[in-house]
Order: sequence, then C-alpha cells, then structure tokens
Amino acid sequence: MTTRPDLLESMKGAKRFDLKRSFWEPRSLRSLLLSIGAWIVALIASVPLISVLYMLIVRGGRRLNWEVLTELPPAGFEEGGGFGNAIVGTLVMVGIGGLISIPFGILAAIFLAELGPDSQIANAARFCAKTLTGLPSIIAGVFAYAILVLVTGTYSAPAGGMALALLMLPTVVLTAEEALKMVPQNMKNAAFGMGCTHSQVVSKIVFPTALPGILTGVMLAVARASGETAPLLFTALFSNFWLFENGRAELMAPTASLSVLIFNFSGMPYENQIELAWAASLVLVLLVLVFNSLSRIIGRSRI
Amino acid sequence: MKRFEQFSASDAISGPPSKADYWVDRSFRTVTHLCAWLILAIVIALLWQIGEKAIPAIRDYHLGFLTSAVWDANKDQFGILAEIWGTLYSSILGLIIGGFFGVVMAIFLTQDFLPPLLAAFFRTIVELLAAIPSVVYGLWGIFVVVPVLRPVANWLNETLGWIPLFSTTLSGPGLLPAALVLAIMILPTIAAVSQDALRLVPYRTKEAAYGLGTTRWEAILRVLLPTASAGIFGALVLGFGRALGETMAVAMLIGNSNQITLSLFSPANTLAALLALNFPEAGKVEVRALMYAALVLLLITLLVNMLGTALMHRTSKALGVKTR
Repeated sequence: MTTRPDLLESMKGAKRFDLKRSFWEPRSLRSLLLSIGAWIVALIASVPLISVLYMLIVRGGRRLNWEVLTELPPAGFEEGGGFGNAIVGTLVMVGIGGLISIPFGILAAIFLAELGPDSQIANAARFCAKTLTGLPSIIAGVFAYAILVLVTGTYSAPAGGMALALLMLPTVVLTAEEALKMVPQNMKNAAFGMGCTHSQVVSKIVFPTALPGILTGVMLAVARASGETAPLLFTALFSNFWLFENGRAELMAPTASLSVLIFNFSGMPYENQIELAWAASLVLVLLVLVFNSLSRIIGRSRI
Repeated sequence: MKRFEQFSASDAISGPPSKADYWVDRSFRTVTHLCAWLILAIVIALLWQIGEKAIPAIRDYHLGFLTSAVWDANKDQFGILAEIWGTLYSSILGLIIGGFFGVVMAIFLTQDFLPPLLAAFFRTIVELLAAIPSVVYGLWGIFVVVPVLRPVANWLNETLGWIPLFSTTLSGPGLLPAALVLAIMILPTIAAVSQDALRLVPYRTKEAAYGLGTTRWEAILRVLLPTASAGIFGALVLGFGRALGETMAVAMLIGNSNQITLSLFSPANTLAALLALNFPEAGKVEVRALMYAALVLLLITLLVNMLGTALMHRTSKALGVKTR
C-alpha cells in the first residue's frame, strides 16, 4: 500500500468519526426501553401457563388417587367416584383415529414427497392438507355426525375416532412429507443404481431413514387428538359405563372420554364433580405431555 | 483379472427389477396416488356433506338466517347474526392481544435477546401453551380468569360505565374472559409462524442495517419487520382463523347468550360455541339450522385459512429467491 499524502491532508480538516454510540443518546435509550418492554411481554406471556400448571397440580393433584383412576363417574349428589371409563374411552378413540389416519397419512405423504411431488394432484392435496390444519375441531365433529352418527343411528366410539382421525390427518401428512424430503438424494441414487424400483427405494431407504421424523409428527397428532373435546361432544357423547363389559366391547354405543367429562363436570354445581374435573384435567394434560415429549425425544434422536 | 470371473451373474446384488418387482412398484404407486386423491376427496366430502345437510335450512331461512338474531327452537325461528357478531368480536379482541404478544415473543426469541438456555426455556413455554387442551383452558378460565377479572371489570363499569365497552358488569362468563383465553390459545401459532418468517430474513439484511449504525430496535422495526411483514401478516391471519373456529374454551366462557353487544363484560355467543352447546340436544329442525350455521363457520374459516396459507407461501417464495 502506498500512502496518499493528498488524502491524509484532506482528512485533517474533517471531523473525526466517532463510531461509539453514547448510552444516553435518545436512540439508545429508546432501544433499551423497548428491550425491557420485550422482557416484560415475555414474562407476562408465561403467567397463564404457570397459573394453569399450578392449578392443575394443586387442585387436580389433591384428588388424584387410585380410586379416581379406576372407578365410574358418580351421579350428581354422590361422593367419590372416578373416571376410569373415560381414560379407556379416550385411549380407544385416539387409537381408532390413529389406525385410520396414520397409515393413510403416511402413504399420502410418500406420494407427496417421493412419487409425484410436482404433480397437480400433489399440489392440490398439499393445499388441502394445509387448509385442514386450520379446520375448526367442531366441524370435524359435525362431519363425523353427518356421515356416521346419522347413518348408524347411534353415538359411538368409531364416530368419535373418525372425527379425531380427520384432525390428525393433516399433521401426519405434512410432517411426514417434510421428514421424507430430508432424506439425502445420494442415498436414493445409490439404491437406484443397484436397480431398485422406486417403491423399493421408498420402502428400504427413504422410509426407514425418515422414520424418526414421521413418528414425531404422529406423536404430535396423537397428543393433539387426545385433548380434543369438540369433535367428541356429539359423536361419542358420554357414558357412565365401561366400554368393555363382561369381556365384550360395546363399541357401537355412547363412549366416555376425559375431555367431555371435564366439560360436563365443569358446569355442575357439585364440589365433588368439580374436583374430579380438575383431577381429570391433570390426567389429560399428563397424557398429552407424554405424547408431546415422546415426539420431542424421537425428533432429537434424528440424524 | 481372473478373480472376478469367479463370480457368476447370479451372485450380483444389483440387477434389473424382476416382473414381480415391477408389479409391486406399480401397485404401490397406485395406492399412494389414491391416498393423495383421498385427501382432496375428504375436503370435498366435508363441504358436500355439510352443504347437503344444510340445504333444507337454506331453503327455509334463505339469507335471512344471517341477518336475524333470534334462536328459538320452540318457535322454529333461527338466525345467527348474534353468533357471527360474537365470533368476530371475540376473535378480533383475541387477535389484538394474542397478536401483540405473539409477534413480540417471536422477535424476542429470534433476535438474540437471550442466552441459549433461557431462549430454550421461553420456547418451551410457548410450545407448552399450545399443548394444553382447549377444555382445560376452559376450566381454568371458569375458576381463575373470571374470578380475577370480575372486580376489575366491575370497577371499570362503576367508574367508566358511560363508555359502551364497559356498559355492563361481569357477572360470570362473558366476552372478555373468552377473548383473553382465545389470545392465550392463538399466541403459540402466531409466535411460531412469525418466528419462521423472521428467520427467513437474510442475515446480511440485518447486518447491513447494523453496519449503518442502527440500534437493535431500529433494525428490528425498520428493516426486519417490514421485510418479514407478509409472513407475519400470514401468521396473524392463521391465528385469526384459529380463533374463529376455537370451540370448547369459548363455549365454557362466553356465556351462551344470544345478544349483540359492545360491552366487553356481557355474555355473548359464537358460531362454534352454538354448535357445541346446542347440537347434543337438538331436535330435527334445529339440527338442520345448526348444519347451516356449521356451513357458514366452515366457509369463513376455510377462506381465512386459505388467505393465511397463500400469504405465507408468498413470503417464503419471495425471500427464498433473494437468499439464493
């Protein structure tokens, strides 16, 4: 580098640039104030969650015991009782929902990600799945009511499961598609080079590699479905009896679920029912959190 | 050279697909293709089933259904104006509160305000907020939000009762508790989608702003937010869609009262809550009217969601081209 005396000369007269910003400058103060504001907002946003968890643990935990988990719901003025049948009902209906939506959703995702990603039907299906994520859960209930309850003439566990399946489907499809797309092209090329057909590549390479990602989505869908109430209100209704009685499953009859129990009991004037509603909420939140953390653990183990 | 001749063609692992492979491939492709079609078919079936079941009610009540505020199953008079009003009012209130908190939370989580551990903590809080079931929020609203709000609301009514917003007392359930819980429930959606939009802004854009000597918030407010604005707007629209369709918490908190009111503390009703509360005990004629209401709700939410999805798509496309 050569020195430029002319340049240096011209800089002498100029004011020196100060690259430091004073702390007391209005701009800096404003920035600081806004940062403090952001902190306050974040702290306020955490209050509801902490309050919900506190109430669940204090009011729900007080009543939670073995009796509550294994007995049938009490009638209006009765003491004691529990919600064993509702736990079974929730698990059975989420199971039915999963049995319908998971295989179907994964197959559709395989088409969207691998077999025809740019086809018109793929674009349409993707758009529909995205739109379905925003479907009000009550509408899923109305739909299941229209196609199952009206046709079979009875409220039933399959109708509830069907409504849940409709809500699980978009989550399964969209997360599975993302997971399938993450599989490196090189691995697929290697398999194609060995003479695999496209479906062999999918079943032997793409699917196993993407499995953790797919399971993450599945667990999220299951978690969401187990907390749903609105789609069950008039598809499964509620029942004060066991789903499995004398070794036989009464699937085609009104079925209890934790969430509907919470809703029903929350409006009752009896202290016993309200305590049970809190205990059921605690169980339901624990159930949802278990599936949620499963999805996180599986997601983290992804390579 | 000789060594390779020991292997015959049958020893090779690789080879062209056999006829069976070919047919398996064909049928597998067809099955997945059908599944993709089925997603489309479900959306069509949804619209068609609910639309068809609503036709008798549409024939009976025409568009007057949308402009009448009477819901009386005994006289077979049905109209959903009050519910439409309540749905929009509670959702907009929820959107204003939840949108503000959600967007600030997204900025807070993406713009290096926090050490990684604390950021993970706040991220978990937002995710957990989304995990709590709606019905649990409803229960919490009844036993925590309403009792906490009641003295504040009644004080506001006493001192500022001449303002229409505060013109009634909060006797129990009402619009404000419902809107507050709605805000909490849509906050995670808005925060998550806005975070994605903010992360899409190229790092260089932000660095360029800092290089010009902006403070952190000048960079955020004048560069980052405008660049990500379409995505954030999409997040707000999606949050709004969620608020419109949210059922249980609102059904438990809004008071199920068929009236059009400006007051924040008076009970009201929403479309989703109307469906949830009236469907289980409805007679034949009322079910028809409820199907009409369901169709209206479905169309409104579909429209809002499509708008939100399209907006998000456009931002990621626009910014995606720039970054590459």
